[in-house]
Amino acid sequence: MRRLLWPAVVLVLLLALNIFFTPSFFSVQVRDGHLYGSLIDILRFGAPLILVSIGMTLVIATGGIDLSVGSVVAISGALACLQISEDAGLPMAVAAALGLCLVLGAWNGFLVAAVGIQPIIATLILMVAGRGLAQLITDGQIITINDPAYKVIGGGYWLTVPFGILVVIAVLGITAFLTRRLALGMLIESVGGNAEASRLAGIRARGIVIMVYASAALCAGVAGLMISSNVSSADGNNAGLWIELDAILAVVIGGTSLAGGRFSLSGTVLGALIIQTLTTTIYSIGVPPETTLLFKALVVTAVCLIQSPSFRAKAFRRRGRSAPTQPSPEERVLAGRGGTA
Amino acid sequence: MAVPAPVLTMSGIGKQFPGVKALDDVDLRLLPGEVHALMGENGAGKSTLIKVLTGVHPADAGTIELAGRTVAFGSPLEAQQAGISTVYQEVNLCPNLSVAENILLGREPRRLGRIDWRRMRARAHQLLARLDVRLDVSAPLSVYSLAVQQMVAIARAVDIDARVLILDEPTSSLDADEVQQLFRVMRRLKEEGIAILFVSHFLDQIYEISDRMTILRNGRLVGEYPTSELSQVELVAKMIGQELAALERLHGEAKTFDRPLVEARGLGRSGAIEPFSLTIHEGEVVGLAGLLGSGRTEVARLLFGADHAGSGELAIGGAPTSLRTPRAAMTHRIAFCSENRKEDGLVPDLTVRENIVLALQATRGWTRPVPRETQDDLVGKYVKALRISPPNPEIPVRNLSGGNQQKVVLARWLILEPRLLILDEPTRGIDVGAKAEIQRLVAELSDGGMAVLFISAELEEVLRLSHKVEVLRDRRLVAELPNDESLTTDVLLETIASGGRVS
Amino acid sequence: MTALTFGRASVPVKYLPVLVTGCLFVAMFVAGGIRYEGFASGQVVLNVFIDNAFLLVVAVGMTFVILTGGIDLSVGSVVALSTMIAASLMEGPGWPPYVVVPLVLLIGSGLGLVMGWIIQSFDIQPFIVTLAGMFLARGLCYTIGTDSIPIRDATFTAFAQTRIDLFADLWVSPSVVIALVVVAVAAYVLHYTRFGRSVYATGGNEQSALLMGLPVARTKITVYTVSGFCSALGGVLLSFYMLSGYGLHAVGMELDAIAAVVIGGTLLTGGTGFLLGTVLGVLVLGLIQTIISFEGTLNSWWTKIFIGLLLFVFILLQRPFSGRVRR
Repeated sequence: MRRLLWPAVVLVLLLALNIFFTPSFFSVQVRDGHLYGSLIDILRFGAPLILVSIGMTLVIATGGIDLSVGSVVAISGALACLQISEDAGLPMAVAAALGLCLVLGAWNGFLVAAVGIQPIIATLILMVAGRGLAQLITDGQIITINDPAYKVIGGGYWLTVPFGILVVIAVLGITAFLTRRLALGMLIESVGGNAEASRLAGIRARGIVIMVYASAALCAGVAGLMISSNVSSADGNNAGLWIELDAILAVVIGGTSLAGGRFSLSGTVLGALIIQTLTTTIYSIGVPPETTLLFKALVVTAVCLIQSPSFRAKAFRRRGRSAPTQPSPEERVLAGRGGTA
Repeated sequence: MAVPAPVLTMSGIGKQFPGVKALDDVDLRLLPGEVHALMGENGAGKSTLIKVLTGVHPADAGTIELAGRTVAFGSPLEAQQAGISTVYQEVNLCPNLSVAENILLGREPRRLGRIDWRRMRARAHQLLARLDVRLDVSAPLSVYSLAVQQMVAIARAVDIDARVLILDEPTSSLDADEVQQLFRVMRRLKEEGIAILFVSHFLDQIYEISDRMTILRNGRLVGEYPTSELSQVELVAKMIGQELAALERLHGEAKTFDRPLVEARGLGRSGAIEPFSLTIHEGEVVGLAGLLGSGRTEVARLLFGADHAGSGELAIGGAPTSLRTPRAAMTHRIAFCSENRKEDGLVPDLTVRENIVLALQATRGWTRPVPRETQDDLVGKYVKALRISPPNPEIPVRNLSGGNQQKVVLARWLILEPRLLILDEPTRGIDVGAKAEIQRLVAELSDGGMAVLFISAELEEVLRLSHKVEVLRDRRLVAELPNDESLTTDVLLETIASGGRVS
Repeated sequence: MTALTFGRASVPVKYLPVLVTGCLFVAMFVAGGIRYEGFASGQVVLNVFIDNAFLLVVAVGMTFVILTGGIDLSVGSVVALSTMIAASLMEGPGWPPYVVVPLVLLIGSGLGLVMGWIIQSFDIQPFIVTLAGMFLARGLCYTIGTDSIPIRDATFTAFAQTRIDLFADLWVSPSVVIALVVVAVAAYVLHYTRFGRSVYATGGNEQSALLMGLPVARTKITVYTVSGFCSALGGVLLSFYMLSGYGLHAVGMELDAIAAVVIGGTLLTGGTGFLLGTVLGVLVLGLIQTIISFEGTLNSWWTKIFIGLLLFVFILLQRPFSGRVRR
C-alpha cells in the first residue's frame, strides 16, 4: 500500500490545483440523464489510456515491454471503421478488429516467448510495421463513418454513466479477478521475477507470456475502438500515436518496476489518471496547450524522483534527518550476492 | 614474540542495515605476509565486513587503518588504489570482453593515450603464466569455464600492487587441482609480504593454508586465533556457538532395495554427459560424487527434464517415458533443488509463502489457485519443520540468509511429496548448523520411502548419507559403489582419480 | 565448430552480425541494380549518405548508450529542438552561425548530461528518464514556436549547399564529411580509449565493472552526454538538409536510430556490438527508402512495413550469434 501513497498524493494535488482556476471542478451533475463534470471528463477521456495501461502492466510484470500497442490502437480503429463503411455490421466489425488484435498480440508473445527475442525489439517490429499496416487498411486516408451504434462505444452513455468508463471498470474487474483471485498474478510475477527458476518450478511460462501479450493487444484494440468511435473516424497515421509511451509511464508511475516482478493494477490506474488529469488541468488553467509536453516532462520527472529510493535517501539526508540509510539498489545487489550479508 | 606491525587494522566496526545489525564492534588485524582466514556462519557478517573494508558500504562506526594511516574508502576503486584488491565469491568480470581486458581493465598499457593492444595481450599472458594458466587472452571470457574465469579474476587481483588481497570464497568453484594451484600462488604472494584475507567454507582448506583466523558470529567478534592453536572441533564450536555432536553415519544398516523407481538406460546428452545407466530405488539415497564439471549437475538436469536427453531411455515405475520439460518430470513426482538457488531456484521479489507454494501452484495451472487457508497451513507447517527463520512467511525471500533460502526451495518441493528428490549441492555455501539439519532431513525422508539423489562436492557428506555412490569423471559415470564399511573417502578419491579402471 | 577448439574461437564469431548486415547491404544494392535502371551508380550510395548523414550521427550517439545497456528515447526531440533553436536564433536576433552552432551543441550535450546524471544518481530507468527528456525537448520546441522557421543566413545556406566533388561525377555534402569524421572519432574512442572499454564493460556486467574499480557512474553519465551531443550535431546537419527549424522535424527518429543500431548487430542488452555495424544499419535503412522511391508505385507506408519485416529478419538471423556470445 505504501507504494501507492506518492502517486495518490500527486493526483490529489493536481486535482486540488484545479479548484483555484475552476471552482466548479469537483461538481458532478446529471444532465439529460447523463453524468457531467470535469471529473467525469477525466475518466471518460482517460479511458483508452487506462485500458492500454492495464494491458501494459501485465506485460511489464513478466519482465517485458510492449511498444506496439499504439500501432494496434490504430489498426483496430482502422479495421472496425473500414468494416462499418463497407456495411459489415457492428458485431462483425468489432469482432474482426478485436480478433486481429488478438492475433497481433499473440504474434508478439510468440516472438518473445517461443523465439526468444528481447521484448523491446520484438514489439518494435510491430510498432514500426503496424503503423504501415494501419495506413494500408485505410489506404492512407481518414475513414469517416456515421454509425450511431458504433458511436456508443466511445461517446455513449448507459444508465447515465459514460459507456467508456463502464468498459474500463469491466476490463479492470476481469483483470483483477484473473490475476488476484485466480493464480495468474502470482505466476506472472514469478516469471517476471526469475524466468529460469519459474521454468524449473514447472511453470509453463510460454503460454502465460503469449496470453499476456495477447491481452495487452486486446486492451489496446478496445481502446482503439473507443478512440475511433469517439471521433467517428479512423486515422491510421495518428490514432494512438505515442500512447505506448504514456501507458509505460502510467505503469511506472504506478510503482511497477520495468524490470518485471511485482505489479500493481491500482497503481497503474492512478498513474494513467495522473497523466490524463495533467492534460485536462493544463487546458483548464489556461496554459497554452503547446506547453503540455513541458508540464508532462516535469510531472513525470517529479513522480519518478519521489519514487526513487535513492532520491528520497539523499533528500532526507540533506535535511539532516538521520533516517536509517537504505542501501541503494546497487548495494542491495551486492549485499544479496554474497548471501552472507 | 616479534609480531610485525599490522598492515591493516579495523577496530570497532559497526554497520546497520534496515532491521538488521550486520556488524557490531568488530576488530580485524592483518599482518604482512600472512594468510588470515575470516570465519563465520552465514549471516555472521563476513561479507559485510569485507564490503565495509573495500568501500562498498560505508561503516557506521569504527576506524580502518592501512599501514598506520586512517582511511575510509568511498568505492572499491579507492580501496584498490590504496592497495586492497578483492576477488569476490562470484566471478565479477565482464564475460563480453577479452581475457586480457578483464585482467587489465582500468590500467591498460597505453601509448600516447591510446590503448596498446599488443602490449596488453603480452602483459596478460605474462600475468597468467605466473599462475601457470595458459589461455588465448584475446578470446572473450565467456568461452571459458567458471574455474578458468576464477583464475582470471585472481590474475587481475594480483597484478594490482596489492598490500592486502581479499579472497572471498575463491575455491567454491575450483576442483582439487585448481585449489592446489591457487594455494601455490597464495604462498608465493605471502612470501612477497602481501597480507591475504581468505574466506572459505572448506575447513580443510583453512587448516592447510591459513596462519591465523578471526571468527565472527551474528555480527560480533568471537576472537582472533593462530590456526595451529585451534582444533577443528573448537573452531566449529566457536562458529556456531555450541558443541556439535560427533558426526556419525546417518544410515546404520545397509538395506536392500528391490522396488526400482527410476531406471535410466544409456541416457545422455552430447556435450553434457556421456550415456549412463542408473537405477534409483524407492527409499534409496544415491550419492553422486565427482569433481566440479564431471557431469553431476548434468545427470540431475536430465532426470528432471531441465535439459533434453539426446539419447537413451528412461523408465519411471517400470513405464517407459521421456521427460521433455520439468513439468513432465513433476507429473511423475520428481523434484529438483538446483545448485544455483539464486538463479535457478528463488524468485527474490516474491514472499517466502509464494516461493514455497510456487511449484504446487504450477502443477495446478493459473485457473485453479491454491486456497489461501491451504497455503497458510502448508507454509506454516514447513516453516516450522525446517526452522526457517525469520518465521514470517510474508517477507520477500530475498531478505533471508543463504541457508534459509535453501530451506525455502526445499520446502517448495517437499509439499509436492515427491517420490524422487534430486538435491544438487543443497549444503553448498550454507552454515554448519543448517547443513546438519538438511542432512538429517534427507535421512528422515528416505526412511519414509522417498528416493533421494544427493549431489555434493564434499565426499564426507556423500558417504554419510548415501546407500550407494555413483562416481563421475570427465562427464562419464565410471563406477557404482555400495556404501558399506569398506567405502571411505580415500576409496572414493581413488576411484575418481583412476576413473574406476583399477580397483 | 572446428574453429571453436580452445581459445582462437570466437574472433570471427563476434564479427558475424556485422558481416551479415554488410552482405545484406551489398545484396540489396545488387538486386536494386538489376531491377532499376540507373540504380547501380556510385552516386546512389553517396546519396544514401547525403540523405542520412544526420541519422548516422544520431545513431552513433545511440550506439554508445545502447552499448552500456541503456536507451535514449530523447534523440529525435533533441534533433528537432536543435533545428528550432538554430533557426530561431539566426532568424530572430540574427546571430551568426559560428555562435549559434556551438551553442546548440552545448545545449544538446547539457540535456544529455542532465538526463545521464538523473539516471545515474537517482537510479531511475533510462527508458523513463529519456522519455521525460523527449517530452521536454518537444515541449520546448513548441514553446519556441509552432510553425516552421526558415533559415536564410547566408553563411549557413552557403555551407549547406556546398558540393564536395570527388572523382568522376561523384559528390558529397559537407554533412557527410562531418558524419564520417564523427564515426571515425567514435570508433577510435570505443576501441582505443579507457572510456570506450568502460562502455563495453559497463554494458557487459555493470556490477563487475563497478567492483573492478571502473568509473561506471561517470561512464554512464558520459554516454548520455555523448548521445545528447550527437543529437544536437544531428540537428545541425538536419538544419543544413532542411534549411528550416520545426518542432515536428525528426518525429520518430529515435526509432530509426534504434533500428539502425539493432540491424547493425548491437545487442540491446549492452556490451556487444560495433560502430561499423551501426553505419551499415543506417545504410540499409537508407537503401530501403531509395529502393521504394525507385519503385515509384509503392506508397510511403510500405517503407514502414518493409523496415518492420527487415528488423524481424535481422533479429532472427542474429539470434544464434548473440546466443553464443551470451552463454
